[in-house]
Amino acid sequence: MDGATAFDLILSGDRTLFAIVRLSLTVTVLATLLAAVVAMPLGAAVALTRFPFRNVVIVVLNGLMGLPPVVVGLMVFLMLSRSGPLGEMGILFTPTAMTIAQAILVAPIIAALTRQLIEDLWTEYRDELTAMEVGPIGRVQTLLWDARFSLVTILLAGFGRAAAEVGTVMIVGGNIDGFTRVMTTTIALETSKGNLPLAIGLGIVLIALILAVNALAWSVREWAERHAG
Amino acid sequence: MKAHGLLIAFAATLLLLTPQAQAQDKSIVVASTTSTQDSGLFGHILPMFKAKTGIDVKVISQGTGQAIDTGRRGDADVVFVHAKAQEEKFVAEGFGVRRFDVMYNDFILIGPKSDPAGVKGGKDIVTALKAIEAKASPFVSRGDKSGTHAAELALWKVASIDPAGTKPSWYREIGQGMGAALNTASAMGAYVLSDRGTWLAFKTRDALEISIEGDKRLFNQYGIILVNPEKHAHAKKELGQAFIDWVISKEGQAAIASHTINGEQLFFPNAGGATN
Repeated sequence: MDGATAFDLILSGDRTLFAIVRLSLTVTVLATLLAAVVAMPLGAAVALTRFPFRNVVIVVLNGLMGLPPVVVGLMVFLMLSRSGPLGEMGILFTPTAMTIAQAILVAPIIAALTRQLIEDLWTEYRDELTAMEVGPIGRVQTLLWDARFSLVTILLAGFGRAAAEVGTVMIVGGNIDGFTRVMTTTIALETSKGNLPLAIGLGIVLIALILAVNALAWSVREWAERHAG
Repeated sequence: MKAHGLLIAFAATLLLLTPQAQAQDKSIVVASTTSTQDSGLFGHILPMFKAKTGIDVKVISQGTGQAIDTGRRGDADVVFVHAKAQEEKFVAEGFGVRRFDVMYNDFILIGPKSDPAGVKGGKDIVTALKAIEAKASPFVSRGDKSGTHAAELALWKVASIDPAGTKPSWYREIGQGMGAALNTASAMGAYVLSDRGTWLAFKTRDALEISIEGDKRLFNQYGIILVNPEKHAHAKKELGQAFIDWVISKEGQAAIASHTINGEQLFFPNAGGATN
């Protein structure tokens, strides 16, 4: 990519750039969805049940929203390294490892925000669901479904966090050219090579991508809300 | 239930993300330094190796200390770095099979054009370091246990100065790669020790220039080592050895020599067999 600016690369449809963008999106979207599958029901369950030390769990969940990416990266690295407990899998320095690490990073954000959202919604639904004698699992399902449009915003918060971070993917992905190199690690690399115009160009591309994903999600939400009556 | 189907779909997609199944995966992981990557050497020689053998080389570029540690953990098949003492220790401990010389270039002292320590044009790196200390001119150190960092510390030792120990305010350890160190030196108007390859490939030189070059003590040797399969059974012995054999072969050495930036050769091949 030496010498060329990011805009030249986009205009010329540079294949390397597209591969990097595609990998960034794949890893980030998969990580967000993977985290959501676990974290949304978990957040809702915490919101709807009463158990000992529940306040502690909520504080911890909220606190974990600030998990430092580099620490998550290091922990996943130590797990997946050949000398670590899961080394047999041999997935360190692969996109799979990057997806897992980002899912761990994003899961607390989704769980904590879902917990708050569902708890607020519960005050509206309590009488009705109690009268209908809906069980705990039914409550989680009902409330998650009825909050689905707001949950999209929570997904986007998770996506934004994953798309913007460089610490975990650098450590567990290794920034391998053509294999685990994503937008943020490319920007970091080009910066370190003193290739500042290309780095800032790629930065603008990344911001545009994140905006585009948000715009898409917004339109889908608008459309769905209208059709849901 | 729906959620189960979703989970299975995710798991399947995750598996698909790792492009080839392990069995037919004809690729190796090479832990190397920032200088070989940032100078564009791998971008130049790896396509030639791939064309000849069909082997994909995945390069993780780290400081030499970290790269050797990656090999020690078994997370790479080959280590390609530039700090002979650390490399020989790696082999002696049984983590590496044998060490081969590959190529050399040299370190250079980079400094601001204003030359606050008045060292420009000299041939003696040790005199220059003493002048930098005497004038308390800003000096950026890699501080990351890389090969260049090790070389820098060794040169301070020859000058009988210990800035890493005494930590004077003019000595700034940044703990980052060569490119980042050059960026920082440029912004601070500081001196910095660099390998020539990274300097030649570096884009934002601004107020920086070469202050000292040509001292014999600035010699910079690169070596390559296969990670020992006796320590890490999964290490790809045949493919890794094929890469090493090629790098030190006539063909690989010619490929290294043909890498230039603006007509200037970056690395000088000098393979001559195993060194231990």
